[in-house]
Amino acid sequence: MSLASNTAVLLGKELRTEFRSRELLTTTVVFILMVVVLFSFTFDPTSGESRRFGPGLLWLSFLFAASLMLQPCFLREQNSDTLSSLRLAVSDPFAIFLAKLCANTLFLLLTELLMLPIFAILYNVPILQELHWLILVLFLGSLGVSIAGTALSAISAQARMRELLLPLLLLPLLTPVLVASTQVTVGLMDQSPYVEWKGIGFLAIFDLVFLTALWLFGEYLLEE
Amino acid sequence: MRRVTLEIAPGECVVLAGRNGSGKTTLLRIAAQLVRPSAGKLSFYSAAAGEPAVERPGYVAHATMVYDELTAEENLLLFARLQQVTAPEARAEALLREVGLFERKDSVVRTFSRGMRQRIAIARALLHTPAVLLLDEPSTGLDPLGVSWLAGALRNLREAGCTIVMSVHGESEVSALATRGVRLDAGGVMADTKTGAKLQSILHFGNN
Amino acid sequence: MKKDLTLGAIAMLLVGASAYCNFYVAPNERTMGLIQRIFYFHAACGWTMFTAFFICFCSNIGYVLRREGRWDALGVSGAEVGLVFNSVVLVTGPIWAHPVWGIWWTWDARLTSTFVLWLLYVAYLLLRTLIEEPERRALLSALFGIFAFLDVPLVYGSIRWWRTQHPQPVIMGGPGSGLDPLMRKVFFFSSLAMHALMILLLVARYGLEKMRGEAEIIHRELEAV
Repeated sequence: MSLASNTAVLLGKELRTEFRSRELLTTTVVFILMVVVLFSFTFDPTSGESRRFGPGLLWLSFLFAASLMLQPCFLREQNSDTLSSLRLAVSDPFAIFLAKLCANTLFLLLTELLMLPIFAILYNVPILQELHWLILVLFLGSLGVSIAGTALSAISAQARMRELLLPLLLLPLLTPVLVASTQVTVGLMDQSPYVEWKGIGFLAIFDLVFLTALWLFGEYLLEE
Repeated sequence: MRRVTLEIAPGECVVLAGRNGSGKTTLLRIAAQLVRPSAGKLSFYSAAAGEPAVERPGYVAHATMVYDELTAEENLLLFARLQQVTAPEARAEALLREVGLFERKDSVVRTFSRGMRQRIAIARALLHTPAVLLLDEPSTGLDPLGVSWLAGALRNLREAGCTIVMSVHGESEVSALATRGVRLDAGGVMADTKTGAKLQSILHFGNN
Repeated sequence: MKKDLTLGAIAMLLVGASAYCNFYVAPNERTMGLIQRIFYFHAACGWTMFTAFFICFCSNIGYVLRREGRWDALGVSGAEVGLVFNSVVLVTGPIWAHPVWGIWWTWDARLTSTFVLWLLYVAYLLLRTLIEEPERRALLSALFGIFAFLDVPLVYGSIRWWRTQHPQPVIMGGPGSGLDPLMRKVFFFSSLAMHALMILLLVARYGLEKMRGEAEIIHRELEAV
């Protein structure tokens, strides 16, 4: 199926470009690190409070980092008008979005997994106790952020003040992801950990709804 | 754009002339199917089969439309694979040789000169062996050597039966290849050599 | 002109009549006293807000599919009018909360979600100011509007799941939540009045937007010459 092969080829290109320079990954990791450290100055990270506030701060910093990391997504395609050549070359424009959102999800997930042990040490929260569930919620949450972020970065790339616009559009839209992911993470880091299934369900529904919306309306986002 | 009705026959080499803002770029981008016209229709017709055909023209513009951070070969392979060209590696290599960039295939496009960028742009446009090639002011920024090379390449394509539509800014070695000239002004067709206008006057009339 | 006057008169009449009912016809609520009556405005504006945003959503889809300026005009009108009613909800909430709970803002589920909604549609309007070309602006804001509206149930659902300080929702609540039948009548009448006001504002804003759009076209044509 040409959608699958186009997506694979484009995903390969996105990954190759990023791993060659690693500029996106390194700046995102450093940003999250900085936010996490700065947050620590705003309250007393004793054990009890950390478990309750930590996950929220973690997800909030992921969201802020993502709204910055997703800027270049479509902006860099404007440099040499490569968006036009992509549109001419692929049979289904959805492949462009699919490749980018897979790449973005992967980059986000990588930075989050890198941050997790650091976060655990700084805030004294247990991450190993339900690690597999934690990775699941990280994946579903990052997927949601990527889907919405990729779509909106295509919009903001065509407007003025795009650096400020993307967070403005993205962060309110991601409220359900923030709420659901935080609650699930709080449950997983609790003294008697539990899986908040409603939260996982919410994340899955969010991902499905926006992926479908992107599939339906994506080609209009790329129109000239 | 206002009203443009243009019919181009296979094998023609059409030159579009006109002031800046006359609609040349828009017309080419509509023909390339990058821009949807707000009214009207673009259709390709197969003379051989005698019926409407699906056609993806090759398109060369001011921007290279290839990735600066990838090498020449990586770029061509990428676009060849996306368009599902048969034997993409062989096709990419053949084109690199044809445009004279084979020695620089492992250099990133960022390091290329303007002339080399033009050549990789054309290579990319020709990957899927299009029957129609659209070029937007292709000789801009090229030195005389580059212009000669371009004229030679286009002549070869024309002789191979490719239909060429290109916008130009004045007379040059490249515009001399034209079998037909069309002048656009304020988004409408002002003159056409098909209806008796002279190519010279089309290229020079009120040029800025 | 005559149509507008008639519409305006009807709307004003309804609003006036419903305000009277809110204060004098509706029975006294047992615990909260006079301040409870703000519910009739607050909740009615809530419903009207959703209607306006829904109209915006449908117009957005209409524009993406049809590309006619009137869909864009209706979309921005729906968003702006919806934002007005949205702001009323956000302001009347604290006015109600303060005498009842002693604090201005309680982060309860519905009000918080309504706040997020407000942010979403402010973003929609801000996006529009940042794109100059009219057709680009219409298309891109329509697409964002679609995404924003699809998010609305998810926002309300997710926030309600985890935060509730709001009293049991009486209109859309579960079994056992009851409004006194007279209260219910007053509330529906209030909703009707607010919707009439909404229609009046929509028509006015739509007309304004059509004129503004035409002026922009003329302006651009003059510049091109």
